[in-house]
Amino acid sequence: MEWETVIGLEIHTQLKTRSKIFSGAATAYGAEANTQACAVDLALPGVLPVMNRDAARMAVKFGLAIGARINQISIFDRKNYFYPDLPKGYQISQLELPIVGKGSITIDVNGKKKVIGVTRAHLEEDAGKSLHEDFHGMTGIDLNRAGTPLIEIVSEPDMRSAAEAVAYLKSIHSLVRYLDICDGNMQEGSFRCDANVSVRPKDQEEFGTRAELKNINSFRFVEKAIEIEVERQIDILESGGRVVQETRLYDSEKNQTRSMRSKEEANDYRYFPDPDLPQMVLEDSFIEEIRAELPELPGARCERFITEYGLSDYDAQALTASRDLADYYEQAVAILPTQPKLISNWVNGELAAGLNRDNTSITESPVTAAMLGQLVTRIDDNTISGKIAKEVFEAIWNGEGNADEIIEKRGLKQISDDSAIEPVIDEILANNTNQVEQYKAGNTKLLGFFVGQVMKATQGKANPKQVNQLLSKKLDK
Amino acid sequence: MSINNDDVEKIAHLARLAIDPAQLETYTQTLSEILDLVEQMNEVDTDGIDAMAHPRDTELRLRADAVTEENQRDKYLKLAPASENGLFLVPKVLD
Amino acid sequence: MHNKSLRELAQGLGNNDFSSVELTQYFLDRIEANKDINAFITVDRDTSLQQAAEADKLLAAGNSGVLTGIPLAHKDIFCTDGLRTSCGSQMLDNFIAPYNATVIQKFRQAGSVTLGKTNMDEFAMGSSNETSFYGSVLNPWDKDRVPGGSSGGSAAAVAAQLAPAATGTDTGGSIRQPASFCGLTGLKPSYGRVSRYGMIAFASSLDQAGPMTRSAEDAAIMLQTMSGFDERDSTSMDVPVPDYSADLEKDLQGLKIGMPIEFFNTDLDSEIASITIGALREYEKMGAELVEISLPNSHLSVPCYYVLAPAEASSNLSRFDGVRYGYRTAEFEDLLDMYKKTRAEGFGEEVKRRIMIGTYALSAGYYDAYYLKAQKIRRLISDDFTRAFDQCDVIAGPTAPGTAFRFGEKTDDPVAMYLNDIYTISVNLAGLPGMSLPAGMDSQNLPVGLQLIGQYFDESKLLNVAHRYQQVTDWHLRSPENS
Repeated sequence: MEWETVIGLEIHTQLKTRSKIFSGAATAYGAEANTQACAVDLALPGVLPVMNRDAARMAVKFGLAIGARINQISIFDRKNYFYPDLPKGYQISQLELPIVGKGSITIDVNGKKKVIGVTRAHLEEDAGKSLHEDFHGMTGIDLNRAGTPLIEIVSEPDMRSAAEAVAYLKSIHSLVRYLDICDGNMQEGSFRCDANVSVRPKDQEEFGTRAELKNINSFRFVEKAIEIEVERQIDILESGGRVVQETRLYDSEKNQTRSMRSKEEANDYRYFPDPDLPQMVLEDSFIEEIRAELPELPGARCERFITEYGLSDYDAQALTASRDLADYYEQAVAILPTQPKLISNWVNGELAAGLNRDNTSITESPVTAAMLGQLVTRIDDNTISGKIAKEVFEAIWNGEGNADEIIEKRGLKQISDDSAIEPVIDEILANNTNQVEQYKAGNTKLLGFFVGQVMKATQGKANPKQVNQLLSKKLDK
Repeated sequence: MSINNDDVEKIAHLARLAIDPAQLETYTQTLSEILDLVEQMNEVDTDGIDAMAHPRDTELRLRADAVTEENQRDKYLKLAPASENGLFLVPKVLD
Repeated sequence: MHNKSLRELAQGLGNNDFSSVELTQYFLDRIEANKDINAFITVDRDTSLQQAAEADKLLAAGNSGVLTGIPLAHKDIFCTDGLRTSCGSQMLDNFIAPYNATVIQKFRQAGSVTLGKTNMDEFAMGSSNETSFYGSVLNPWDKDRVPGGSSGGSAAAVAAQLAPAATGTDTGGSIRQPASFCGLTGLKPSYGRVSRYGMIAFASSLDQAGPMTRSAEDAAIMLQTMSGFDERDSTSMDVPVPDYSADLEKDLQGLKIGMPIEFFNTDLDSEIASITIGALREYEKMGAELVEISLPNSHLSVPCYYVLAPAEASSNLSRFDGVRYGYRTAEFEDLLDMYKKTRAEGFGEEVKRRIMIGTYALSAGYYDAYYLKAQKIRRLISDDFTRAFDQCDVIAGPTAPGTAFRFGEKTDDPVAMYLNDIYTISVNLAGLPGMSLPAGMDSQNLPVGLQLIGQYFDESKLLNVAHRYQQVTDWHLRSPENS
């Protein structure tokens, strides 16, 4: 039988606020345990929550960016359950009236575009962390993360393959960083994802029973975990079994999913509106202010790069994958507006390779946009050749200075003076009489050989175009 | 509507309260009496009435995003039944 | 000194008739001498006297307000920095609060002295103070009887004149009913008037702190300090605080007092009825007009309350889990066992009962029938008041269906206990201000309270109406010692 996979994702996105969603404690990552857990975060008797305006602002920003309905009245509810990393014994979340309603985002899988629906995005507080190193058979609890603002972004079950799920996850990841509402750091848990996965016979309309996959916190794991889970479900169905609705944990070492039965029992969360927090009412002006601040979004920017800079779809997508990279590109283009394509080649080529090799980010690139702009300008004005430019790029990367300084210091300036190139050509022609005769007999392919010899003799500094012209002139005489 | 012993055990589990089996019957009885009292609510038809979650229909006040709390870990950890290395200790949590 | 009003005490301190240290010492000695009443859970003499010494410095520097140097008793539901805050529960028997509740902070800023923490029903759940982990409080008027609850310790302390005034909290009548049982003036302010920050939550949408005093005049002074916007409480209202003492003397000519027909039906105890009506006749003499009003859904307030309050409580009390503070059971097998034993041992029976009722009301399949239904009835009850206030300025009636009852009389019958709050609960549901003031004594020489209910944020009117009555009667001046 042919099977179809159905996937929906729940993405937990930590918002980049300074303080927590309901308290004035800091949210910075990596602090010593429990040093950023204040009375409210610890749920001391008598404490009360007070909502952070910027958390609401960031949620609205996300909603506007996916064209979603913003609920101007939204309600905070309590989700009740006991767990040591949940100090109050309930999580403040939003159930019936979330701040962000239905929206959508377009993904691209191998050039094929598809719209994925976002059901909702709601504000909630993060829990603390359980540390499982052994404290005499006990578990340690660190509540620094407790109360960090999150938006949980819930998709429609619109994805039909692991590749689509990854593309969607990447699009949302790119978007929240574009919006500057989340740092997107998956290792630190700022951006986390659970996947609801089911399979059904190809022509069946009704969904199959789904499993919820947890702990899939990298793009690679999302893809692998979904694939392995789909295989597991198909195996069960094909051998006449039934899939059980449950939560499953992905084990990346064994590349398998396993049941988390402990999470299953009695999940009656007894949601009810939090009496400590009146309804949140967002004025039109609040929303319009945020709309006005909205940056150009990845999709629109990509389209603009294609039309404005004449880039290929592929290049434009690569450049707009992150806001920082796109900003970098445009800063470089501003220096040399006539060569957007050449700059794109450099950013997606040498620069991307360098960042990848040194495992660093665009914002920490040793070659700044201004430096790259200057370098490409020197190619454009024939000061150096493309080949020499690669050497200069390496030198800039290694901190030896900017392009002009390095060209000067290393004497890499291109030789564009006919009177300097001609003697070199004459000498080479004189030393290679055989080849000259063959050329004259009609083997014009040998022009490349002569160009190579000249470039070699000038350590690549001769202007290749001029060398070509001069050689042709002399040989075709 | 009255409740039975199974219901009480389920509720007690949700609320994380150990129940002495000898007392189960008493709990069931008292809780049923309270529920009988509560069910007088059914006398009135409340269709179309807006639920009231707060005594006043006020709006949530939003605070500026600023760090206002200082680290008071030592003071707070002193209150804990068990702590070590700046952490609260609990019986092993199994995932 | 124990017969003096707050203003008289302030004058005495101002005139150097006595110092704050002397005054505090005097009341600490009275507390010690009346230990049998069990009004206090925690008294810390050294801290109190130290605070008094600081107050004396402020007084000497002329840098003082009306409460500077005056010792006050606080219900043990308010967090007090460095002092045990038990909420009447074994769960918090070892809990030294690491911060001050906003109410405590305000009283400390006003220069008042914390005399001690008063006994209360466990987590404010009770109407007789019999659910306290620290034992029952005796009613100073008759030591075989309860002082009312949940603010029973505060009521007994002020009635026995162990403190000039006290704070209480009121979720369904916990200030007004003990005030009625102990012959005091007790005021539950409008929801949002007094900050709830640092006040251990029972039912967040109903809880309010207020004063328990010997007179409306004293209540005005206490409320003045307690009230006001607090940015740490999202339900606190940013509304200016009027001068509560300014309108006390206002004439009552033409005042319309609403009498809810439902409160005066045949179910009402005849003695209570005649005392209540007697008080209303006094108002008529002062030029007020009595009008019959109707609160047609008031009989549903108890059922409605016993869904909403336990539902909120079941969630509010989840934080008591033996992880970060408070009680933890000695022996356990695993995490679940630790939770269950800690909570079963740390909480008393009434608290567990309410947690279970609330858990049930919110659980899957019952939410609509109980919780949502109760929220809708809450709206009906609230709307009744809105309509009633079209016809009158204040509403008056009995505070409680009876006077102080004997220990153990209702402990085996929770429902009978709950019905003690039948006249007070609707006021919390609607978020309105309510007050109880002494209006007579029954045949057993037990105080009877008159309840006044005001419009939202109109505490001034309640204080005015109560004060005028106290100018023409002396019920509020009686004490167990002199009567």
